[in-house]
Amino acid sequence: MIPTAVGAALKDHPFLEGVPERLLDKLSQLAFEVTFEEDQIIFREGDPSSFFYLILSGLVALELAAPGRVVTIQTVGDGEELGWSSLMSRVDKQFRARCMKPVKALAFDGARVAAECEEDHEFGYLIMRRILVTVAERLRSTRMQVLDVYSARGGQIK
Amino acid sequence: MSLALETPAAAERSVMEPVAARLASVAKETHDTFTLNLEPPEGDPVAVFQPGQFSMLYVPGVGELPISISGDPERREQLTYTIRSVGQVTYQLVTRRPGDTIGIRGPFGTAWPMKESRGKSVLIVAGGIGLAPLRPAIYHILRHRGDYNRLVVLYGGRSPRDLLYKKEFAAWGMLPDTQALATVDYGGVSWRGYVGVVTTLFRHVRMQPKETVAMLCGPEIMMRYASRELETRGIPPEQIHLSMERNMKCAVGFCGHCQMGPYFVCKDGPVFPYTSMKPYMDLYEL
Ligand SMILES: Cc1cc2nc3c(=O)[nH]c(=O)nc-3n(C[C@H](O)[C@H](O)[C@H](O)COP(=O)(O)OP(=O)(O)OC[C@H]3O[C@@H](n4cnc5c(N)ncnc54)[C@H](O)[C@@H]3O)c2cc1C
Ligand code: FES
Repeated sequence: MIPTAVGAALKDHPFLEGVPERLLDKLSQLAFEVTFEEDQIIFREGDPSSFFYLILSGLVALELAAPGRVVTIQTVGDGEELGWSSLMSRVDKQFRARCMKPVKALAFDGARVAAECEEDHEFGYLIMRRILVTVAERLRSTRMQVLDVYSARGGQIK
Repeated sequence: MSLALETPAAAERSVMEPVAARLASVAKETHDTFTLNLEPPEGDPVAVFQPGQFSMLYVPGVGELPISISGDPERREQLTYTIRSVGQVTYQLVTRRPGDTIGIRGPFGTAWPMKESRGKSVLIVAGGIGLAPLRPAIYHILRHRGDYNRLVVLYGGRSPRDLLYKKEFAAWGMLPDTQALATVDYGGVSWRGYVGVVTTLFRHVRMQPKETVAMLCGPEIMMRYASRELETRGIPPEQIHLSMERNMKCAVGFCGHCQMGPYFVCKDGPVFPYTSMKPYMDLYEL
């Protein structure tokens, strides 16, 4: 049974659509609600990966420092996840995450979720499968960005 | 500059003869894109167009190009074009001065399915300069708002400085039953909107897929991915329409320059149902 507001938010989150209640229950015990203000930094590039977030509302910019400028390479908003690398061991944060709008999210200790995945493989499979979908989507987006389809050459390699 | 060209009366003119039009104004949209307002002779059929159609614009001594009409189809006294300067002819067009003359042929090609979309929601997906050929469809819907359900405009650009019609776009987003979302491939710290490819905006759209008509224009690779994803999200493929681009010469189906499979983009297109284009868009060798 999922009694709490956290549980209800989890059940409605698109990232967990279709996940059986038993597993949602397990996740809800690991989740707590967090809020961040506009422009607040959630994590910095090089930080050890510690938390995994399911965003309930708001918008987060994933930023990279390039010489002389900061580039936003992606935004992540409500219904999406942030910080999947915290479920992998020995992966530091690759980007800076800064709130473009105030953010409300469910946070999970990545190490604890990873430990549950190890212990309960059905749970682990579902979580990893969803993360893989997210990572594949981002990889596809990155490939399109690299192609630079809107440039004057329209993605042609010459 | 003047055009050494007499404009015969419309009835005697061949489709290959341009009409001389006066350039009324040029407005800078971005660092490389400009909107030109042309005044064709009063009452000339060159100015009567449907959303999605294009004209051939002619700069004497330089060349002629297909350019979509980007203005309001119900404002017949002016023809509006939004042109990105990418090469010789487009550069010559955007550097003309008010008062100069430009030749126009047309309008040519197929239009967005405005009639067939009545009673449905319309999802517009534009990439880069692709918003220009879609703007007349947006104007049409806004003028006949009661004929359509929701209007959603999704727009992807390279960076914030490349986005067209910024003020107008923001105003569309404030209208009832209308969503207008823009995303860029790369944002700077001052950009407060979405960053990511245009398909990442689909998750924010609220509409019934079976009751939605999608109209797409942008780089072909973007339209390919977007069409596939819209189909996955439940929009019937026959309700997805794309505007295609091919090099053109005659614009009336004579020369074969614009051929794509069995179609001539100039007369069978540029607006096609996705179902007709799908086999050709996935070809790796063309
Ligand atoms: C039906 C139709 C409607 C069009 N509507 C518009 C419009 O509304 N506004 C507009 O700006 N253009 C539009 N175009 C595209 C426009 O016709 C071309 O950009 C133009 O032919 C380029 O000619 P040019 O002499 O300036 O460049 P060229 O000298 O022919 O090309 C210079 C360089 O630009 C590249 N290039 C050429 N065309 C494009 C392109 N479309 N996109 C990116 N790179 C390109 C070439 O690969 C080359 O490297 C339309 C094309 C078609 C077929
Ligand atoms: S441009 Fe001549 S056939 Fe299409």
